[in-house]
Amino acid sequence: MQLIYEKSVPGRRAGTVPAYAGLARPAVPAGLGRAAAPRLPEIAEPDLVRHITALANRNFGIDTGFYPLGSCTMKHNPRLNERAANLPGFANIHPAQSEESVQGALELMWRLQEILREVTGLDAVSLQPAAGSQGELTGLLVMRAYFADRGEDELRREIVIPDTAHGTNPASVVMAGYEVVGIKTDARGNVDVDDLRAKVGPRTAGLMITNPSTLGLFEENIHEIEQIMHGAGALMYYDGANLNAVCGVSRPGDMGFDVVHINLHKTFSQPHGGGGPGGGPIAVRGLLDPFLPKPQIVRDGDGAGALYRLDHDRPKSIGKVRGWTGPFGVFVRSYAFIRRYGPGLREMSEAAVLNANYMLARLRDAYDVPYDRLCMHEFVISARTLKKEHGVTATDVAKRLMDFGYHPPTVYFPLVVPEALMIEPTESEAKETLDAFCDAMLEIAREAASDPAAAKAAPVSRPVRRLDEVLAAKKLVLRYAFADHPDLAAERAAASA
Amino acid sequence: MSFLSLTDADRAAMLATVGVETVEELFRDIPEAVRLRAPLALDPALTEAQLAAHLAELASRNTHTGDELSFLGYGIYDHYSPAVIDVLLARGEFLTAYTPYQPEMSQGVLQAIFEYQTAICELTGLAVSNASGYDGCTVAADACFLAAHHTGRSKVVVAETLHPMVREVVATFAPGFGMEVVTVPASGGVVDGAAWAAACEGAACAIFQTPNVFGILEDGPALAAAANACEALPVAHVDLLSLGVLEAPGAYGCAIAIGEGQSAGIPMSFGGPHFGFMAARADLVRRMPGRIVGETLDSESKRAFVLTLQTREQHIRREKATSNMTTNQTLIALAGWVTLCWYGPQGLRELGELLMGLSAEVAVKAKAAGYEVAFPGTTTFKEVALRVPGGGNAEEVTRKARALGVNPGVPLGHDFAGLAYVLLVAVTEKRTPDDIAELAEVIGQCS
Amino acid sequence: MAAAESYPDGLLYHPEHDWALIEGDEAVLGITWFAQDALGEIVHYEAPDVGAAIGMGEAYGEVESVKAVSDLISPLSGVVLEVNEKATGEPETINEEPYGAGWLIRVRLTDPTEIARLLSPETYRAHVAAE
Repeated sequence: MQLIYEKSVPGRRAGTVPAYAGLARPAVPAGLGRAAAPRLPEIAEPDLVRHITALANRNFGIDTGFYPLGSCTMKHNPRLNERAANLPGFANIHPAQSEESVQGALELMWRLQEILREVTGLDAVSLQPAAGSQGELTGLLVMRAYFADRGEDELRREIVIPDTAHGTNPASVVMAGYEVVGIKTDARGNVDVDDLRAKVGPRTAGLMITNPSTLGLFEENIHEIEQIMHGAGALMYYDGANLNAVCGVSRPGDMGFDVVHINLHKTFSQPHGGGGPGGGPIAVRGLLDPFLPKPQIVRDGDGAGALYRLDHDRPKSIGKVRGWTGPFGVFVRSYAFIRRYGPGLREMSEAAVLNANYMLARLRDAYDVPYDRLCMHEFVISARTLKKEHGVTATDVAKRLMDFGYHPPTVYFPLVVPEALMIEPTESEAKETLDAFCDAMLEIAREAASDPAAAKAAPVSRPVRRLDEVLAAKKLVLRYAFADHPDLAAERAAASA
Repeated sequence: MSFLSLTDADRAAMLATVGVETVEELFRDIPEAVRLRAPLALDPALTEAQLAAHLAELASRNTHTGDELSFLGYGIYDHYSPAVIDVLLARGEFLTAYTPYQPEMSQGVLQAIFEYQTAICELTGLAVSNASGYDGCTVAADACFLAAHHTGRSKVVVAETLHPMVREVVATFAPGFGMEVVTVPASGGVVDGAAWAAACEGAACAIFQTPNVFGILEDGPALAAAANACEALPVAHVDLLSLGVLEAPGAYGCAIAIGEGQSAGIPMSFGGPHFGFMAARADLVRRMPGRIVGETLDSESKRAFVLTLQTREQHIRREKATSNMTTNQTLIALAGWVTLCWYGPQGLRELGELLMGLSAEVAVKAKAAGYEVAFPGTTTFKEVALRVPGGGNAEEVTRKARALGVNPGVPLGHDFAGLAYVLLVAVTEKRTPDDIAELAEVIGQCS
Repeated sequence: MAAAESYPDGLLYHPEHDWALIEGDEAVLGITWFAQDALGEIVHYEAPDVGAAIGMGEAYGEVESVKAVSDLISPLSGVVLEVNEKATGEPETINEEPYGAGWLIRVRLTDPTEIARLLSPETYRAHVAAE
């Protein structure tokens, strides 16, 4: 398929710009004017539409089929939420408008804050962070401000993180100016409590974990972990990536966590958009409230006379972590999603956990299962034996699944399980979908023994075959270079000639 | 519940396969002490129709651009959003797709991002673009993190004419990066050149905005040259819609170009979601944060696209990553890319000329109503700062004007001490000369 | 593509899978077969600057494959005299000839007593077998 630049023909255009007779044409000061026009595509609207459509036809979303990416929570995205976000009263409002002219927006945000407080079991919420990892960094900065306020920031320089942690956790820790201390995982897939006890002390600012973990397992020793951390005067951070397992079942605040981030694009159905936008609000225990980003959305009065406003008067706040009050369009969608469930969010989590356990039960004999426990909303299996006996790796299984019409699960994460496949069905899937996927996985395992070449050659049915990722890393072609654009196919042919 | 398909029969069959009696047993690993035994205290579930009515009611209590004639800007603008972006946004293959880690399933998104990256590079005149950052404020913090690692220095220089919100976000993150921030004051509405040159000594990077927060064109080449002379990375915070008439930052010595992409046809949406963009010099590619798409071949030598240089990112490099960023703003950035394609180079140039003409028109008409420009002798792009006659309070003017159906602009007194008499008026291609005449008429009455 | 597994005599080794060839008061350093095999095809070698001082057990650079990045741990303390341009320009050389054309840096040793702390070929081979 051609790039849009390759379809460009000089003189064509789609959009028009108004012109007014007699309007001034101020000159751009010398030295500041554009010398060479940017080479944007010159294309008329019908061909632009066709190009976008052709691209869509080469992609795959939840709307297309089953998408069991572990830790991503690929659930149904209701279309009412799109309609709502596009209402003029939500889409066409400016963040600098006076507060009395946006009471509906402020109320929606306030209500979302209240919902998140209830779901997490904590006291105060900031909706500002733009994504989960920004929520992590914000939460860490809030923790730092708390300790600085108590004169302990110089002393407490470490955050403890399990070796199963999502890569964003150590990255966020470093960006917050802390040091990472790693904690081992025990044979049951829990945080190794003895290792934790040995590594936590006066230099510890906090613990950062996901619960259930990235292995899809609930921390059985959460009480003991809480005792160790709070006993050392440290705080507990909850990575909310796996919140879909426990809504209405167990709350991070009740588990002892002091700071939580929520991924609105995971648990609460903000569409993933091919990589964003998302939302990463944080909820905190009351003692951390003063340090939250500003402004906060507050309500004065209640009932019909309630007034919503932005509170900038927060002297201990860490400041702003992004522009304005956060991704409002994301709040509309998440709020709408939650209002369809109400307290029934619990049924959502129960269905997610049942779906995952069902799949695990169907797959456990054909694949290696590293931890012999019930899982929560996701589980990890391994292609270790398939690799050892037939040379078929987790990558090969993933590519072969594409030919069966599925998006593969997450592979090679978490790092503690070799040849890992992490599968999260979510609550959105019907039993027949789960059965068909499991049938495909069992077929692939059988085929690995009888015909390993099939998996190695996969995929055969997608717009492209397996890609040369080494070439992409060695020869960096990161934009279209027009007349100077390299011909990679010709170079490869010449090299092998 | 319409989003769940489990029937009682499904549930029974599945529980039997798992080997437990009840759904409750699936949660047996959760200690009782942390089990929630009461229902969540949330409002009862709504049907889709009830929800639609509720949301419409909330929306009706917001004044939107259809309700008043608005000249609000200050970083977010009421630009026209071409209908063709709906072609992209409505497709489930774009809307509901994940990050393209499995390239064979995701050639659509990957190629679109590659085309977006190309557009950003063309506009900024720099060699490499990422797939987007969160917004125009956080990309400035990203640039600081990059500069710290590239230069080994710990000072960030920012112009006072860089939007205060951008500076505030930089100030939030800089201490964690081990950096201190130095602000160079403005003089006559632009950054003071001598003070800038002095401040650049020993800096990791120096960030300026053009057009700046007052809508004024800065002398980008001079500012970049001063930073380069001190081996500080010059960072230009720019408006994509201005780059059809204004020179590309890469062409006048900038190492990095960043900005807020909302102007490229993205609805204002009370501040988000929008997208930040970042482009950089070729030698900085391995330090870039965020996703980058590259071109490669498949096993049959067909052209294909893939996320590349992933070793920069958190899922591989973890604590040494160039950023913790994972989810960014892909769908919104792609909508911005569609808008840029819709305008094309000729359209973008005409748009830039129109916006400059309209902002000049505001100055002319406002002067007749008694409002002088706050910073004489400067050239504006799409915003102009006006002085309320007699040094009156700009906020008072806006209050009165809104009662007459015109929202005349953002009063600058909150963010700029001593500028309470200044009103920042923004124009877009949706504002006509007649609208501007009405603006002048109304603010003339309100001063 | 990659060489067959081997850990030659005549070199000394560090447990982080690096080797050193001692030549008087200089040494040539590189990574072992085990290290290149674990990484997969190397796509980038981030070398130190000539003249840089490096310490025993410290990272002096990085090698990357598509899916992984690894610090290069120096087995000895020294000052960098030379960087292998072939390794930076064609990083796959490190996979193909980890002990020959895929050498990484040459250093002038600053503490020759450290040589005694390195592993012999036999000890290193046992170390690898246990991994």
